[in-house]
Amino acid sequence: MNVKKQNLKSWFKSGSPWVWMTASGVSIAVIMTVGLLAVIATRGLAHFWPADVIQASYQVPGEAPRLMAGELVQAEQVTRARLASAGLPVDVQGGEFMTRELFKVGNRDINGADFSWVVDEWMKDASTPKDIVAVERREWGNFYGYLVNVKENGKLVAEGDAAWDELQKRIARIDQLYSQISTLQKKDIGRINYGLEGLRLKQRKLELDKQLDATSQANLDAERAQWDAEYKVLEAQLLDLHNQFNRDSVTLKTVDGTEKEMSLGTVVRAYMPNAMGTTEKLGFYFSKVWEFVSDEPREANTEGGIFPAIFGTVMMTLIMAVIVTPFGVLAAIYLREYAKQGPMTRIIRIAVNNLAGVPAIVYGVFGLGFFVYVLGGSIDSLFFPEAAPAPTFGTPGLLWASLTLAILAVPVVIVATEEGLARIPLALREGSLALGATKAETLWKVVLPMASPAMMTGLILAVARAAGEVAPLMLVGVVKLAPALPVDGNYPYLHLDQKIMHLGFHIYDVGFQSPNVEAARPLVYATALLLVLVIALLNLSAVFIRNHLREKYKALDH
Amino acid sequence: MQHSTPTHGIDISALGREKQGLDLSKETTAIQVPGLNLYYGDKQALFDVKMDIPKQRVTAFIGPSGCGKSTLLRTFNRMNDLVDGCRVEGEVNLDGTNIYRKGEDVADLRRRVGMVFQKPNPFPKSIYENVVYGLRIQGVNQKRVLDETVEWALKSAALWDEVKDRLHESALGMSGGQQQRLVIARTVAVQPEVLLLDEPCSALDPISTLKVEELIYELKSKYTIVIVTHNMQQAARVSDYTAFMYMGKLIEYGDTDTLFTNPAKKQTEDYITGRYG
Repeated sequence: MNVKKQNLKSWFKSGSPWVWMTASGVSIAVIMTVGLLAVIATRGLAHFWPADVIQASYQVPGEAPRLMAGELVQAEQVTRARLASAGLPVDVQGGEFMTRELFKVGNRDINGADFSWVVDEWMKDASTPKDIVAVERREWGNFYGYLVNVKENGKLVAEGDAAWDELQKRIARIDQLYSQISTLQKKDIGRINYGLEGLRLKQRKLELDKQLDATSQANLDAERAQWDAEYKVLEAQLLDLHNQFNRDSVTLKTVDGTEKEMSLGTVVRAYMPNAMGTTEKLGFYFSKVWEFVSDEPREANTEGGIFPAIFGTVMMTLIMAVIVTPFGVLAAIYLREYAKQGPMTRIIRIAVNNLAGVPAIVYGVFGLGFFVYVLGGSIDSLFFPEAAPAPTFGTPGLLWASLTLAILAVPVVIVATEEGLARIPLALREGSLALGATKAETLWKVVLPMASPAMMTGLILAVARAAGEVAPLMLVGVVKLAPALPVDGNYPYLHLDQKIMHLGFHIYDVGFQSPNVEAARPLVYATALLLVLVIALLNLSAVFIRNHLREKYKALDH
Repeated sequence: MQHSTPTHGIDISALGREKQGLDLSKETTAIQVPGLNLYYGDKQALFDVKMDIPKQRVTAFIGPSGCGKSTLLRTFNRMNDLVDGCRVEGEVNLDGTNIYRKGEDVADLRRRVGMVFQKPNPFPKSIYENVVYGLRIQGVNQKRVLDETVEWALKSAALWDEVKDRLHESALGMSGGQQQRLVIARTVAVQPEVLLLDEPCSALDPISTLKVEELIYELKSKYTIVIVTHNMQQAARVSDYTAFMYMGKLIEYGDTDTLFTNPAKKQTEDYITGRYG
């Protein structure tokens, strides 16, 4: 007994309980982080894999059997009692649990819903026929069925086995036409619209200034006529493209025999998942992942890609960084170097630190009230009276979102920079002063370069804080679907007044505002993973720059 | 223990030093302190210090820690201005003008009165950029001028041969002794009139110390040098004149030979023979 006590005591003395305790703290943190990432990654990334399409005969007891086909999405064990209470004709005798499966059955235009829960027990003759076709469409979601024929202008082109190759060929053509149409619409017609809007504003401005006379009116009309003429040409082109786009059609048959003819213009891709080998599936997988990061969203954000959201997030974070760094650094320099240290500076420091703890939504409200309405409103009435009553800057937009995030993140930069400044050895400042440098010169030439790694640290923390923020953005400039990117080919190229999409908000929107919850769920994970990756990438680049600076100014740590 | 001169100070001849027969009253004055009081807040740190620093000679300040010798040194280029609550009463005249007068250009004063600190403090820049720092501050940017300055400044700091092949490498890669000589070169590069050395060897090894001491010996033909040191042997080795300070007061000031071999004050004798300090 005594020996045991002794042993325990010496064990405590040895310090190993501490090691265990601290190490377990670290382990828990690591496990939680890794677990979170693993969940997001597996759920998000699995979505793009082309699952086999299962065909089966499904018979609810007491009803006629029907054929169904779809991808298995999820399976779960449910108690019989629960299924029975849901109104299903379940035999309450038997085992306690039944397996219930969620199938993505597609064909929303025929069935009304593209996901369906089925009871495993009632499924018979499940098979994966090689020739079943999955068609991804621009509307109505996926279609599962068998290929019947391909038509051109209503005339039969191919049928049976030959139809598949013909279909692929024609889908490739459609792809090309699609990109032609979207360049024409976005770039060329977009430019004309931009020009026409500019003309309208010019005219309105002249009217407001009471300088609209016959000559300027004639000039404007002439310009407008020019734009209109240009537009006529493009319009004809566009119409032609549209006709070509809808030239072909494909007829498909669902597993229960309903035939459906659809224009090839609505088809994104068609594939036979059951006939694909692993390599083909991998290729398909990566093209889907690439589509996800590089394309625009379709179907209320439940299909397609999220490129505008990635772009918006990065853009907003970069602008935020450009704004927040000078502000934070200047404030820190004044506080640390010039302000007389005393109760006042202490109060300011406490205030700055507390500012970092204010809930983000409060900043959102402030941004809306001050930036959007007061600042933006004043800018509009001063510089854009001709656009009234439509607001230019007096409405949520990229600039205001960035500014709001900047004030949200500025305390972090101030604190980090101040700490960096405080760490510069007095000896170096004295060395510079003793050579005849003034205080300002010493700051510029010695202190600030040496404090630059600390500023980068501040920036890293600011980016980390701001890039993941969603709540305030909903108020000051982020929307569900932005019609265009904030950067384009029209002067001034960067449109700070435009609304943007944002990954964080996209997660919220897809996950909780989507009409098609089942379809959207994997996208929530995929988007979350991407948001984490984007923030990590932004941070890593800042860390890289900081380490470079540290190496350069690794002075006098000894 | 045979000595040529009976002494109640320390054995100067043992330091390999010739008697110089200097006389303070015959020197030209570089810095004249007619009576200086200095306060840190309410605490007085210097009490009515009166002294004349001779031109192109080495003057050493010795005394126990906290006696005010560094503080006094720092009044000569107004480095004490940086200390909160520091207040100076009296004058310090450099070439006849009071450096504490209103409107004095402190930056220019510090260019004229260079300073080297206890710990080597090279900037985290290249050796070259360290040396030309002061010139760049003055707006000198012609490459030819800068190149020439770097060469002669490093030569006069006895560093040229060691670093001429790596002028554009970081100064932080040098040894402590080299760094301290670089700091001296950097200070010399702006051609000051006075060099203030605040315990320049206290962070260096004996060999580096020797090199810096040799350098001080070389430099005194061009510059007025004031050195603060804890090391009495060093004071005896390098200086022409020595001031002993104690508790903020200047106790004794005279040529080094006399002060060390035949101090007039009991306190001086006690200090240099190691009876307290």
